[in-house]
Amino acid sequence: MAKMNLLQAINGALDIAMAEDDKVICFGEDVGVFGGVFRATSHLQEKYGKARCFNTPLVEQGIIGFANGLAAQGSVPVAEIQFADYIFPAFDQIVNETAKFRYRSGDLFNVGGLTIRTPYGGGIAGGLYHSQSPEAYFTHTPGLKVVVPRNPYQAKGLLLAAIRDPDPVLFLEPKRLYRAATGEVPEEDYQLPIGQAEITREGGDITLVGWGAQMEVIHKAAELAEEQGIDCEVIDLRTLSPWDSDAVVESVLKTGRLVISHEAPLTGGFAGEIAATVAERCFLYLESPIRRVTGLDTPFPLVLEKEYLPDHLKIFEAIRESVDF
Amino acid sequence: MTRFDHQPSFMTGDEFSIPTFSLLDPEGVLYEGASAPALERDHARRLYKAMLATRLLDERMLAAQRQGRLSFYMQCTGEEAAIVGATAALDERDMIMAQYREQGALMYRGFTIDEFMNQLFGNELDYGKGRQMPVHYGSRKLHYMTISSPLATQIPQATGYAYGQKLAGDGLCTLTFFGEGAASEGDFHAALNMASVHQVPVIFFCRNNGYAISTPAVEQFAADGIAPRAMGYRMHVIRVDGNDALAVFEATRRARVIAVEQNKPVLIEAMSYRLAAHSSSDDPSGYRAKSEEETWRLKDPVLRFRKWLTRQEWWSDDEQSELEESLRREVLDTLKRAEKRAAPPLDSLITDVYAEVTPELTRQLDGLKRHIRRYPEAYPKGAKSLDLDIAPAASTDEEV
Repeated sequence: MAKMNLLQAINGALDIAMAEDDKVICFGEDVGVFGGVFRATSHLQEKYGKARCFNTPLVEQGIIGFANGLAAQGSVPVAEIQFADYIFPAFDQIVNETAKFRYRSGDLFNVGGLTIRTPYGGGIAGGLYHSQSPEAYFTHTPGLKVVVPRNPYQAKGLLLAAIRDPDPVLFLEPKRLYRAATGEVPEEDYQLPIGQAEITREGGDITLVGWGAQMEVIHKAAELAEEQGIDCEVIDLRTLSPWDSDAVVESVLKTGRLVISHEAPLTGGFAGEIAATVAERCFLYLESPIRRVTGLDTPFPLVLEKEYLPDHLKIFEAIRESVDF
Repeated sequence: MTRFDHQPSFMTGDEFSIPTFSLLDPEGVLYEGASAPALERDHARRLYKAMLATRLLDERMLAAQRQGRLSFYMQCTGEEAAIVGATAALDERDMIMAQYREQGALMYRGFTIDEFMNQLFGNELDYGKGRQMPVHYGSRKLHYMTISSPLATQIPQATGYAYGQKLAGDGLCTLTFFGEGAASEGDFHAALNMASVHQVPVIFFCRNNGYAISTPAVEQFAADGIAPRAMGYRMHVIRVDGNDALAVFEATRRARVIAVEQNKPVLIEAMSYRLAAHSSSDDPSGYRAKSEEETWRLKDPVLRFRKWLTRQEWWSDDEQSELEESLRREVLDTLKRAEKRAAPPLDSLITDVYAEVTPELTRQLDGLKRHIRRYPEAYPKGAKSLDLDIAPAASTDEEV
């Protein structure tokens, strides 16, 4: 074990994957010599050469189109999109190509080797275009897997699993935690399961669900609730598509209450999907309405970022209201 | 017309070589055979003052960012001649759609230091209502479209805007600035093709400054720069020394004539160098040599134009020091005022999402207000906007 931050954990996972398999190829804008604007690919070009770790021209649709072709050929591309806010020029390649490659060819061809890494989320004074959480656009796309780690340990294990997964994975990295989150991480190879949620705190009064950077905020709210004698169960979904509905349902059958939180806007957010599923499967067990604590239905602001974000106080209030319902 | 050839022969593009139009040598002397464009004394002085003001604003604001007074900054340093020279050749009513490093264009058109500062600090007077990161300026009255961070999106928009200008028949055009890196985006190619097909009065102004963050131009394209691409779209094109304000001015002036009088798009590639980091978040020492930066420092565009002006006896050293002094003072005074101003009001969170605020957004804001009333200390800006009393924060931010 070694203490490392989330970037180092990701860098370590890429290093292991590239060392193990010559077919693993990392590329994106500024990914080469510089090692990426956040330095997630530091030293990989040095170690594995320019053919396997390189800068691309500045064209997201090109990066993902290229990655789709490369994956179809049998390579294992790990493509970086510099910010999730800039993934949209590649939307067509991801939604119409990556996600449907296997299905439309009757499994003659697939791009299962592809992993798309991209930093997402707010809290860094990034304003409209360096803060977005676009996960729901992609969870609405069958054929893609969407994975979001919450800390360095999770990041390394989930990224290694994503690279080796037989399906294409969109790997959303919580950039606010890149350097802020540190923890003990095994230096050797390990994987964490895709498609499986994890209970990160056991409790009996209410279930709190989230993923990625929001888990830290949810845990803080759970601590506030504990001071009020409220015993929260916390679930990190880890994979948003396909998501582990059984884990959430099982918990809500026990607690009878549910709060879901994400930074993305409320309307059309992934919390709505969870709420609908839980309402269907736990209706008679619910003690109070399911609550969503999310960003506002607006673009991501800058100066009023603190007001916009679904912080621990807003989650705590939702917990209180749910319990007092 | 189809021309048949019965031997297989491939072309590579190397058949063409595009020269760089330049007028002033690094000492500010006209090259032999070059003639000065019709640029009058006052016009030239205005151009120079805007270049100098941009340089000084950038120096001061980067320092403010380093002091932690500003969250982020981007300098135009090294590219002032390209930006201001091009802007000076336009009609004041021509539309400018820039990328993000073109504050010199606004400076030339008369955006005040106050206006710059209000955006940089996202205060209640910022036209953009504190929603975008620093340097994302916009001005309707100065015909400068508000900056969007996603790269190259403004290029096809410029084609569309200019098409509207052509239909309006007001004799105006649109100039769009972008970097050589942004020219890799699909939007660039779409924009040029549509402009050429629809015969649109738009000037595509590429600032080839050598770097897209860390990626050098040699890893961005294999061809001889951006200029040859125009030929694929059958478009007028000129490459110009981007550190020569006089040449940039003349190239853009002539491009504008083609755009407006013939309704044809023009591509200009200005060869320059990004002397500063990509942004205040970037450190170029990780990807380029100091010695490379030094060779470009010797080609300083501001200094070159100053030398020419001085030779013309249109500028003196006294004027230089007076202007530097007064600009520095103005920037500093304005900065102090702007950073103390209040944030935009809480309601600005939900306005302008749509033309009319929706009932759902009103509900969401009401919920937020109730929450802030319960925890005012946690949201100082929101609490202030709601006139709530909060305990003053421990005072550590007094000016040193």
